[in-house]
Amino acid sequence: MADTAVHHAEHGHHTSTGLSNNKLGMWLFLGSECLLFGGLISTYMIYRGRVGEGPRPGNVFDIPFTSVSSFVLLMSSLTMVLAVAAAQKRDDRGTTLWLTVTGLLGATFVGGQVYEFTAMYNEGLGYTTSLFGSAFYTLTGFHGVHVTVGVIMLLSLVAIIKRSKVPGDKAEVVELVGLYWHFVDVVWIIIFTLVYLIPT
Amino acid sequence: MSTATTEHSEDQEHADHGMSVIGYVKVALVLAALTALEVATYFVDFGPFFMPVLLILMCVKFFIVVSYFMHLKFDNKLFSFMFYSGLFLAIGVYAAFLATFKFFTA
Repeated sequence: MADTAVHHAEHGHHTSTGLSNNKLGMWLFLGSECLLFGGLISTYMIYRGRVGEGPRPGNVFDIPFTSVSSFVLLMSSLTMVLAVAAAQKRDDRGTTLWLTVTGLLGATFVGGQVYEFTAMYNEGLGYTTSLFGSAFYTLTGFHGVHVTVGVIMLLSLVAIIKRSKVPGDKAEVVELVGLYWHFVDVVWIIIFTLVYLIPT
Repeated sequence: MSTATTEHSEDQEHADHGMSVIGYVKVALVLAALTALEVATYFVDFGPFFMPVLLILMCVKFFIVVSYFMHLKFDNKLFSFMFYSGLFLAIGVYAAFLATFKFFTA
């Protein structure tokens, strides 16, 4: 009880826990997202060897290209955390700059994924070619959609900050978008290793 | 005076929640180095260490991002509980799921 009161006084959140409900909700959402991606990754692990008449993973994956994409997404986590640090210092210029850079890096990653999907399709791996193809496109496609949603959130936030219409604590809003962005990054850390680097 | 004190305490609060910019850059450099090592396993033969090295690197990178970039290391433990509950529930459920498939296909 005393701890809660102290925490409340420190952080100024008028909630029963003394913590931000928005932040608590975001972490709960990210915990539930672990179950979503866990299901998709498990399904891929089961079906990755079921190539049928279609190409095998080793024949369609371009590891050097995907490695560069992974590096781009990883570095976007650095720019995101710099945006959060700038927001906490109430530096709007720095915040919008780093959010924009993060959005551009995310868009670069999505562009790379579109290129990769196109190249794979041209090599004969369609969505219904094999169970491997279906599981691969579903998993990486879901991740790509999450990155795209993240890019939209980042660029929308830039526009909202520029118009000074951020509701509530600006630093917290940036931090919440940052949590989502970092989660998308950690999911890719797992996908890159289990899907691309570990052969069938 | 009162406003200045409030602003100072808020700055202090934000500083307590994370690291310095240099600290974040150092963490990013470590992550970049670990990624380079991961990619190296594709070009260099690591023999029997191939799989363990990749899985360990994956876990280390995961926990570095979650702890330092997502601030779980510095934040309230309730946030860690929320996230890790989902994560370990997912790992448990899908480990059982994969094991079941293995049993049926054996």
